[in-house]
Amino acid sequence: MEKNEIVRLVKERSGTDARKCMKCGKCSGRCPAYHDMDIKPHQFVSYIEKGEIDKLMQSKSLYTCLSCFACVERCPRGVAPANVIEAVRQEVIRQQGGNKIMAETVPSMIDETIPQQLLVSMFRKLNK
Amino acid sequence: MQKIGVFVCWCGSNIAATVDVKKVAEVLKAEPGVVISENYQYMCSENGQALIRNAIKEHGLTGVVVCSCSPRMHEATFRKTCESAGLNPYMVEIANIREQCSWIHKDIEEATEKAIILGRSAIAKLKLNAPLTSGESAVVKRALVIGGGIAGIQSALDIAEAGFEVDIVEQSPTIGGNMAKLDKTFPTLDCAACILTPKMVDCAQNEKIDIMTFSEIESVKGFVGNFKVQIRRKARFVDEKKCTGCGECMQKCPSKKGLNDFNMGLNTRPAIYIPFAQAIPNVAIIDPEQCLKIKNGKCGLCAMKCNVNAIDYTQKDEIIEREYGAIVVATGYKPISLENFNEYGYSSYKDVVTSLELERLMNAAGPSDGHLVRPSDHKEPKVITFIQCVGSRDTSGCGKPYCSKICCMYTAKHAMLIREKYPDTEVHVFYIDVRTPGKNYDEFFRRAVEQYGVDYIKGMVGKVYEENGKLMVQGSDLINNEQVVIPSDLVVLAAAIEPNPSVRNIATMVTASIDTNNFLTEAHAKLRPVESPTAGIFLSGVCQGPKDIPETVSQASACAAKVIGLLAKDKLKCNACVSHSDEMLCTGCSVCANVCPYGAITYVDKEFRLGGGKTEVRRVATVNDAVCQGCGACTVACPSGAMDLKGFSNKQIMAEVDAICKR
Repeated sequence: MEKNEIVRLVKERSGTDARKCMKCGKCSGRCPAYHDMDIKPHQFVSYIEKGEIDKLMQSKSLYTCLSCFACVERCPRGVAPANVIEAVRQEVIRQQGGNKIMAETVPSMIDETIPQQLLVSMFRKLNK
Repeated sequence: MQKIGVFVCWCGSNIAATVDVKKVAEVLKAEPGVVISENYQYMCSENGQALIRNAIKEHGLTGVVVCSCSPRMHEATFRKTCESAGLNPYMVEIANIREQCSWIHKDIEEATEKAIILGRSAIAKLKLNAPLTSGESAVVKRALVIGGGIAGIQSALDIAEAGFEVDIVEQSPTIGGNMAKLDKTFPTLDCAACILTPKMVDCAQNEKIDIMTFSEIESVKGFVGNFKVQIRRKARFVDEKKCTGCGECMQKCPSKKGLNDFNMGLNTRPAIYIPFAQAIPNVAIIDPEQCLKIKNGKCGLCAMKCNVNAIDYTQKDEIIEREYGAIVVATGYKPISLENFNEYGYSSYKDVVTSLELERLMNAAGPSDGHLVRPSDHKEPKVITFIQCVGSRDTSGCGKPYCSKICCMYTAKHAMLIREKYPDTEVHVFYIDVRTPGKNYDEFFRRAVEQYGVDYIKGMVGKVYEENGKLMVQGSDLINNEQVVIPSDLVVLAAAIEPNPSVRNIATMVTASIDTNNFLTEAHAKLRPVESPTAGIFLSGVCQGPKDIPETVSQASACAAKVIGLLAKDKLKCNACVSHSDEMLCTGCSVCANVCPYGAITYVDKEFRLGGGKTEVRRVATVNDAVCQGCGACTVACPSGAMDLKGFSNKQIMAEVDAICKR
């Protein structure tokens, strides 16, 4: 797929308008997984607006983001950094292929050790 | 036979770039009744107006259509032009081909077609226009200022200076407003009380100014030059005329647990109190919720101690009615409630305070006598962290979408004053942008950084939490690309400001328009910034938009100048486009009188001939021309179609619609 098309898809799937960002950094100020991220939440918003999708798709942050949505909750401009991270992660997984989760298989995967955030994130994926 | 002149304006390129103005003039020339059709670069210019005047004289025009900008902009201009050439000013119609055409369309062909249709519609209406003359009404030479903060005080002083009487109506027990609570003022750092209290005293001593504190506007009727206002003087349970402000009652009052509003609730006050030492009027007031005598009849100590018998536990609210020629709205602001911002811990931790609370903590007349201590344990804070833009520039729905404008400067002021007075204190400021436009403003901010060593961190705070007795402020440092945590002793939030909530009610009463953020709207954002679109209503201070003290004072004086200009007139020209009732159709149902916002409609019993020598007495509506503002509410409400508006009759409007629909 062409790079611009991926950017377009990620923007569309995240449902967020990165141009609304006023670069205050509150998302990264709040993020509990900040220190485990190579690209920080506010940078996801900035990079997607600049179309730098390659960097994002290779980022380790895709797998360290807790999907706690604190950044979404706190953003004063209604931008949703976690949704961008989520959309990039989704795109990476889709490109790998064969990794789709079926709704029916979810209950069997649940055990007490799974963080609630993971479940929330999973259902978000299934909703799309 | 009608002789109509059509004048199409280019408005430079504003219209001409999107509308083929020559074609519009050409096509409209062919309309029946049109004898001359011209186009010109700037119709509102002296040359453009001369073009119209000459055409009126040369062709003996009976009516003029100007295809130009909105009638709000230049209708009055062109009416005057025609009047000077001997044509009745109400024989002018404006076709708005700028705001409603060229500015909103891109396609030249479409825009040109629309401009022609708008022109035709104006011609159709003009053909049914009749010359109108406006009556006159007297001007009551007294102004009402709603709100006694620095804006209201300055407006009142300037109006009184010109020799007119002014009443200040203030809802709290003293004038002074928010400015009275401030410690120092930027950018010169003079003490707020030192520059404000002399003005307050001037108000009290000026014989032209009548101050009514602890009072609210109950209702407003009438129109420009002739407002009738009811004012509720709330019971303060102390006779204002007798009380000398000695303060003996405050000492004796046993019920001392009321929150001191003036100190932002940071300490307590007795049930009978004087808000602060320099209060105007310097008169006590009783909080009935807290007074033991009023609540359960047991006490009465203050009445016993009062040497002048000023205490009156049975005092009731009193409503007085006064007449005014002009009304100034100066209702000011308040910091927003921080309930939507739990991340900063304002409601959880005592040592998270707002900037206005910090003003009181630093003020010599404040709860700690000017010694900066934190509220929880009264110890001196060693690390203070400021958070800016708390609720400002917030489009998430938690705060306000606008910039509150004053916070950058007062935060720099606070940071600087603290570093000056307590040099061993560490001061950090989290900011998104530092906005300091204004004379000596950026220099002021830079001084805080360069001379006083205040640590400015570009980034927003994500959360504030407590750990080992410290307030941990966790936020972004975007320049260093780090997440930082600053253990602090005191956290200060620069809360957004919003218009005083009372302004909504007042705007409704005076029929002034208000925007989505509850700021009052100006008649023109650039050219008429201190007037409301409603004639006779003027705007002073933050009720119109966020502004600091120098700007507020400038605006308050500008507002006073407008009021003086109005009050200096003996007579005002009334609106000629008033409504009238067709007595043969009127059934006397009272619907129109009920919807009339100006109280212009009354009913009379009138005798009508039925023929055959018989008569009938019927109740019919009559309109007071001097009071009617031509809003048209009655014409819409009238069930029998008896009400009609001169200059905007039903027939004229239908003719316009027909002209638009006809191809």
